[in-house]
Amino acid sequence: MKSLVAVLTVLTAIVALWYAACVPMNIKGVLDAAERAGSEVTPATPKMRRDMSAFGLVANNTFAIGETWAQERPRLPAPHQVAVELWASTVEKKITSKRSLIYHAQVTLSATLLGFAIGTGLGILLAVGIVHSRVMDMSVMPWAIVSQTIPIIALAPMIIVVLYSIGVQGIIPKAVISAYLSFFPVVVGMVKGLRSPESMQLDLLKTYSANTSQGFWKLRLPSSLPYLFASLKIGIAASLVGAIVGELPTGAVAGLGARLLAGSYYGQTVQIWSALFAAAILAAALVSLLGVMEKLVLKRMGVRV
Amino acid sequence: MNMATTTQAISPEAAASATGSADCVIQAKNLDLTFQTADGPVHALRDISLEINKGDFVSFIGPSGCGKTTFLRCIAALETPTGGSLSVNGMTADEARRNRAYGYVFQAAGLYPWRTIAKNIKLPLEIMGYSKAEQEKRVSRVLELVELSGFGGKFPWQLSGGMQQRASIARALAFDADILLMDEPFGALDEIVRDHLNEQLLKLWARTNKTIGFVTHSIPEAVYLSTKIVVMSPRPGRIHDVIDSTLPKERPLDIRDSPEFIEIAHRVREGLRAGHGDD
Repeated sequence: MKSLVAVLTVLTAIVALWYAACVPMNIKGVLDAAERAGSEVTPATPKMRRDMSAFGLVANNTFAIGETWAQERPRLPAPHQVAVELWASTVEKKITSKRSLIYHAQVTLSATLLGFAIGTGLGILLAVGIVHSRVMDMSVMPWAIVSQTIPIIALAPMIIVVLYSIGVQGIIPKAVISAYLSFFPVVVGMVKGLRSPESMQLDLLKTYSANTSQGFWKLRLPSSLPYLFASLKIGIAASLVGAIVGELPTGAVAGLGARLLAGSYYGQTVQIWSALFAAAILAAALVSLLGVMEKLVLKRMGVRV
Repeated sequence: MNMATTTQAISPEAAASATGSADCVIQAKNLDLTFQTADGPVHALRDISLEINKGDFVSFIGPSGCGKTTFLRCIAALETPTGGSLSVNGMTADEARRNRAYGYVFQAAGLYPWRTIAKNIKLPLEIMGYSKAEQEKRVSRVLELVELSGFGGKFPWQLSGGMQQRASIARALAFDADILLMDEPFGALDEIVRDHLNEQLLKLWARTNKTIGFVTHSIPEAVYLSTKIVVMSPRPGRIHDVIDSTLPKERPLDIRDSPEFIEIAHRVREGLRAGHGDD
């Protein structure tokens, strides 16, 4: 109960801050529109208003505050505008419609999941190699780290161009970008996890004269699972980002990234924000799904809950 | 020849020639072990010579840094001596390890938290390729030996520290090793649990007739359990005294109040003090 109050307080504070921020962000646009409509605005001309601070304009034109939350194309849409758009573009549209966010989310989701699967598989394989081979540890790990220092937004177009030139298009290039982002947390977490057994545990297996593969399946892999799940949660969120970024430079017509791009072309800020929220909700859903899987697996393994 | 044998400091021939009487299962002759560290060489063991016969219960006692654990790890081939000879069951220590000659009990129980007690005990059996039926048979036998029958389906966290340590002893007993090496197995447990486990361990030793190497830093524990007490001293780790116990094989807990017990304990204490005198 106490935590519920705390959570609601934080939520209320964020929403209040958001509403407050809309006022100075949107005031100039509102006043320009009001002037065109013939209302009395102080100062009277756009040129004079341009040099005034947003807060000064709000102070001089308090009548316009309500309007800052109701513009069609505000600089910063108010929370309820985003909520209405989200509702309209999910519940009230048919899933097959090009204007349905569920349609776009599902396009992005399929690339995300494919990329996540590739990235996770690759990450686990690399981690197994790194833990068992000193050569791989020294040669692969630095490149894995370097790979993540390149901004994905710069790399994504190259990946798409290169893949297109060898005839690969559609969902695969997006999935490749997703995989590129998601393999890294899996490698790092899995290496840490596979190395997590204490030296005593390794000595114990040595006293049984167990071989490497027995050590892997019976000790290292089970020990690594908590680390793996932590990495998967980061990985799936990174995958989603990758899929969205992969939609931006292609001029894709479907997907949350395409929706963001279209919104920015036409100054549809409400559409951009609702696509952003759809992406955030999708990411949260994917991460909590992994959380549920983690609980089930660890419980099955007998870990105390 | 494979790597493991070639890196071993002692040749099999030397080990074989070192083997003494037929009853002798572990024989060390002038054993040295020097660790190379960043601060220069550390003499962990110097000139250790010792014979352990079949069925002996040998305790290693001494202050920390005296090499008692290191010597036990040498016998288990978890460390490689840098000089001298060591034979276990007439083989080199590493060959003995690969022949699964011993069960090892660490200071911490080290049970896998994701396996039940029964599954934990099956771990060495799975690795050594015992059949499913044989695994079941052995698990129930060793659980009974350590008085944990009925706890096979529990997870480690559901058991007390003492019970966990008993489960780890059961795990070391599950396969047919004649030697049981125990590195301060009861060190982390309280006095009352420890007394109880000591008593149980003696019974278990009597029933199974294993050869036991036991590291401890408790004088009463060493005297109560052992047929032979090896007093060690540090820097470099060496044997200061070897005491053959005169206590009978049958030992109730109150034997610890007998004059004989107190006399042996006194000799151990004196040995520890003398060994410590040089620093």
